[in-house]
Amino acid sequence: MRIDKTVLAAILVAGVMAPAAAVAQEVSDGVVKIGILNDQSGVYADFGGKWSVEAAKMAVEDFGGKVLDKPIEIIDADHQNKPDIAVNIAREWYDTKQVDAIMELTTSSVALAVQGLSKEKGKIDIVTGAATTELTGKQCSPYGFHWAYDTHALAVGTGGALVKAGGDSWFFLTADYAFGYSLEQQTADFVKANGGKVLGEVRHPLATTDFSSFLLQAQSSGAKVIGLANAGLDTANAIKQASEFGIVQGGQKLAALLFTLAEVHGLGAEAAQGLNLTEGWYWDQNDKNREFGKRFMERTGRMPNMIQAGTYSAVLQYLKAVKAAGTDETKAVAKQLHEMPVHDLFAKNGHVQANGRMVYDMYLFQVKKPDEMKGKWDYYNEVATVPGKDAFLSVKDSGCDVSAFGK
Amino acid sequence: MTSLSGSGVTASGERPATAHPHARQRSRSAIGVVIALIAVAGLCAAPFFVYPVFIMTVLCFALFATAFNLLLGYVGLLSFGHAAFFGGAAYFAAHAVKVWGFEPLSAILLAAAGAGVMGLLIGLLAIRRQGIYFAMVTLALSQMVFFIFLQAPFTHGEDGIQNVPRGHLLGLIDLNQPLNIYYFVLAIFLLGFFAVWRIVHSPFGHVLQAIRENENRAISLGYRVERYKLAAFVMSATIAGLAGAMKAIVLQIATLTDVAWQMSGEVVLMTLLGGMGTIFGPSVGAALVVTMQNYFATSNVPVTVIIGVIFVLCVLLFRRGIVGEAIRLMSRR
Repeated sequence: MRIDKTVLAAILVAGVMAPAAAVAQEVSDGVVKIGILNDQSGVYADFGGKWSVEAAKMAVEDFGGKVLDKPIEIIDADHQNKPDIAVNIAREWYDTKQVDAIMELTTSSVALAVQGLSKEKGKIDIVTGAATTELTGKQCSPYGFHWAYDTHALAVGTGGALVKAGGDSWFFLTADYAFGYSLEQQTADFVKANGGKVLGEVRHPLATTDFSSFLLQAQSSGAKVIGLANAGLDTANAIKQASEFGIVQGGQKLAALLFTLAEVHGLGAEAAQGLNLTEGWYWDQNDKNREFGKRFMERTGRMPNMIQAGTYSAVLQYLKAVKAAGTDETKAVAKQLHEMPVHDLFAKNGHVQANGRMVYDMYLFQVKKPDEMKGKWDYYNEVATVPGKDAFLSVKDSGCDVSAFGK
Repeated sequence: MTSLSGSGVTASGERPATAHPHARQRSRSAIGVVIALIAVAGLCAAPFFVYPVFIMTVLCFALFATAFNLLLGYVGLLSFGHAAFFGGAAYFAAHAVKVWGFEPLSAILLAAAGAGVMGLLIGLLAIRRQGIYFAMVTLALSQMVFFIFLQAPFTHGEDGIQNVPRGHLLGLIDLNQPLNIYYFVLAIFLLGFFAVWRIVHSPFGHVLQAIRENENRAISLGYRVERYKLAAFVMSATIAGLAGAMKAIVLQIATLTDVAWQMSGEVVLMTLLGGMGTIFGPSVGAALVVTMQNYFATSNVPVTVIIGVIFVLCVLLFRRGIVGEAIRLMSRR
């Protein structure tokens, strides 16, 4: 199919405008099309959502709107956090809409399903919105890439900070899907390796509104730290309800393992103050970030978090790779993505491992007290840098069989 | 009594002058056959014009709605728990293919059988009640099934069973080829559809319709109504399972969406929209609903609102459903 279309396009272009034929044959269907597939209406709508689509469009504009003299197009869809809907959309994009790569893919269940499909179809996917290390572990793909954060980085960053502060007994409140399991397990491993112990865990479905029974179990466990291995609105709701039960006043600490600027803003500084969290990017770190944050603010009315900035970086790097490869053919672009260093406003010294993991420095932040804030979005104090080599698993430890990629 | 009325019909049928009702029935069934043949020919040619995965999804839901209609349209039982059979079979088939390495056809048949067993267990309890109580019992039991699938380790919670391999039919035909799997799905759909048609037009089916019209009279005629109802329930569950298992192989994924109560509601909607108690109605309704969901998914208009509006219009303006109204218009002439 693919070859037929390329040949057809080449003949057409050669016939109509002969001078352009030399470049035109390298881009399938005469357009580089990137699909942004994420949650635009559910619990992760602020975490990534429409804002990620906007970030992707900014990347295309910053790249110049064209690659190899061909237009770049962004399309997007709402997968409603349901893997079956996501797979249907992705399949249709690949089969009938000439999409060359799918990105963002918030929520791990969706990311794993779409990465499986992309691998089968020989297409590139770059995940920024999902966390599970499975993506570059057992279920890795030669054409799959994991940008931004992952559960290991969160466990090392946020988990590490709390263990260091004396939190040696944990109880987990875990979202009941791939992301939750892998975040819980990696944090638990980290806690145990540092001499701590895990007293128990309880699993809740995605998009839970009533956490009371889960929180009561956590409270009665007597653990020093209650680890929230969930994300988005789930985490925000759990924190709100925990305050109603007086959990923090009772001496237990809450550890929001995945919490970004978007959720801090949603919860408000009053409720979120003092929380430790790990992110890979913050708008107020340097001039370049501030400039990007300002432009993003003008378009969307909010500051980007690491998911949105990461999507910007992923789209930009993909376009650079297409340019360097001289084609949008999957294997050639994947090779460039694996080899090229990542230097942009998101990752200063990033590189991509053989398993598809993009390695760069993560940061541990603490949410400011309301009276310390200088502006509306001035939420974080930077506490520490987590070097890329500590934050992310090496290829060997990831469990990804890279030797199978050649086949 | 039966022999009397039976001979009466045959006698009048042989005499063309007085055979008006019978002839009309015959001509109507002839129209039905022609429509069926055109539909089959259209479906055979369809993958060359329309995206095959889309038609396959429509076929899966059409079979599901047809199975549901067997119960609602012909026995008059409104089950609000058919998602349990549809989604349950999807999980069974996905697990059988992915983990046990089953060949696709045997996995689908096994899953349909599994749905049949579930149908037997749920049916045994549910058919003891009528009307709204029957609907509530099926809903409650299917919610139990939902929570079992939510917690059972083999279903992987919110992730579902992903990347289910399509495999090779009987170890020979590669189902990863779009046309191969399309004709495979079409064959199973036609088989299931024909099965429902046969059931409805058999003496057994006529007893079911008698139960629908007047249960007490059927009892007084000496029929063991409970057994007929249970048999119909199991058949409906099995064919719904066939549809669900097929969907898992086509879309290569089985998730909680398929067992959730919303799915039970969706199949009610499809059947009512198309026309309950008609053979083609549920398929038309399924095609309409799936097309709308597909078309509006990428627009900013919420799909559920549009489908809700259409449902309201259907109830207010054409209660017999699309096919039901069409049949009424034809027979009026």
